[in-house]
Amino acid sequence: MSTTCADPKTLEGLVWLGCYLTNGKHLLFYRSIGTVLLLLAIAAPVSLAMGFGGAMAARARFWPARILGRAYIAMVRGVPDIVFFLFFVIALDQALEFVRHKIKCPDWTDPVFRGSDFVVCPEAKLPLSSSPQIWHEIYGFSLAVFTFGIVFGAFAANVLYGAMRAVPQAQIETAEAYGMTHRQSFWRILVPQMWLYALPGLSNLWMILVKATPLLFLLGVEDIVYWARELGGAKTQAFDYPHPDWRVWYFLALLVFYLLMTYVSQKVLGRLTARLTRGQATLGGEAMRKGAAA
Amino acid sequence: MKTFLLATAALSLSTGFALADTIRLATEGAYPPYNFINDSGEVDGFERELGDKICEIEELTCEWVTNDWDSIIPNLVSGNYDAIIAGMSITDERDKVIDFTQAYIPPAPSAYVALSADVDLKNGVIAAQTATIQAGYVAETGATLLEFATPDETLAAVRNGEADAVLADKDYLAPFVKESDGALVFAGEDIALGGGIGLGLRESDTELKATFNDAIDKMKADGSLNTMIKKWFGDDAVTW
Repeated sequence: MSTTCADPKTLEGLVWLGCYLTNGKHLLFYRSIGTVLLLLAIAAPVSLAMGFGGAMAARARFWPARILGRAYIAMVRGVPDIVFFLFFVIALDQALEFVRHKIKCPDWTDPVFRGSDFVVCPEAKLPLSSSPQIWHEIYGFSLAVFTFGIVFGAFAANVLYGAMRAVPQAQIETAEAYGMTHRQSFWRILVPQMWLYALPGLSNLWMILVKATPLLFLLGVEDIVYWARELGGAKTQAFDYPHPDWRVWYFLALLVFYLLMTYVSQKVLGRLTARLTRGQATLGGEAMRKGAAA
Repeated sequence: MKTFLLATAALSLSTGFALADTIRLATEGAYPPYNFINDSGEVDGFERELGDKICEIEELTCEWVTNDWDSIIPNLVSGNYDAIIAGMSITDERDKVIDFTQAYIPPAPSAYVALSADVDLKNGVIAAQTATIQAGYVAETGATLLEFATPDETLAAVRNGEADAVLADKDYLAPFVKESDGALVFAGEDIALGGGIGLGLRESDTELKATFNDAIDKMKADGSLNTMIKKWFGDDAVTW
């Protein structure tokens, strides 16, 4: 391919298209699909863990934990995502660098905050200015995962909090009648049963998370929507592959991608629901029990 | 504890590299021919060549970063990179937050582009990129301002009739007009906006400012800057 594509302006038809779709920029586009999938694969469990922690805290009997959990849920749910991604991430980055600055450069006398500037010693930079670009990308990506975790964790916490309350009280009473402690009845009775009630809410969150990845570019992580916009824009003769505004085709490709994601998610969630319904004291569980008996 | 010690040792080793001067240059990558992402996915354009040249003259190690236009100034003052080289005009408003080197492109005209030359620029809908001098200017003329995040979208808005005209740097618009086969034309008079284009720096970074100014001085003196401007913007471009 490399020799054929050496002089793109002389090419035509399918050969041109073949070279165009395999140029360096398109490879970055394809790679960004992987970035998005990786982000989802990490951010979803992180959010779920944050949500579980938040829900546990919100219904704790120890009141400071309860206040903390409820404040987390209420505050984060109320702040627009874009504000979170612009303000919180920069603040978090500065906080980390400030701590490193205090540890690594105790002799530094210049002020850190100078007007609008934030200046720490070079050794305290995260990542170091001299680090290869890949580390900067990994760092940005990690910040993104963390931020997604916090934002979606708050929503998940509320869903799980509701789900924990939806488990029939009789189940807990029975557990206690058997002599289980509070902790045992929570882990053995409440948690295994609550997932079914949480699933519709969590699946909503998952679908929103799938579509929230364009926020990544605010952190300098280039996702598929960024590349689709960048590749689709009209290109002049300054480029090797000039073309008019093709964004509609790129966005069509995105549409297909997101529809596929939705389809796969629906399938998986459907199976999960069926799995969790088994043996539950719900309409679905009852129907399943009768179906098995007949 | 052992891993902690190892980690600390690794960290203290890695700080040794930090003493080498690596300057991180940020650009938008969506404003040809000033800066754009070329077909191999790398930063390219006038500013890429200029930035590399400056770093060569001053013997700096430079690294290119792309950043969204909207958050390009906040990320600079926060220290995520050291300089902005993204076709950014020197204006008083920006000068309050960041510092600029001397201009490397002289004040160049902005121009309107529309589907026909007789479009109403005073009362029509004018597209411009968010947070640019052109957007500020349109807001003052009394025309309806339609803002977009990227320059590419402003032109697309004119093509599909969403906006009557677009106001942007003439050097950016010229190739699109030339290659549109008459579909796009310049409308109205050129407008002089801004005080030329310079590198944006943190106000506290006086040393880097002096270094960059020195390199630009040298390039202005030996004429290489003019050659570079003509190469990217054509022979009619405004030079020093």
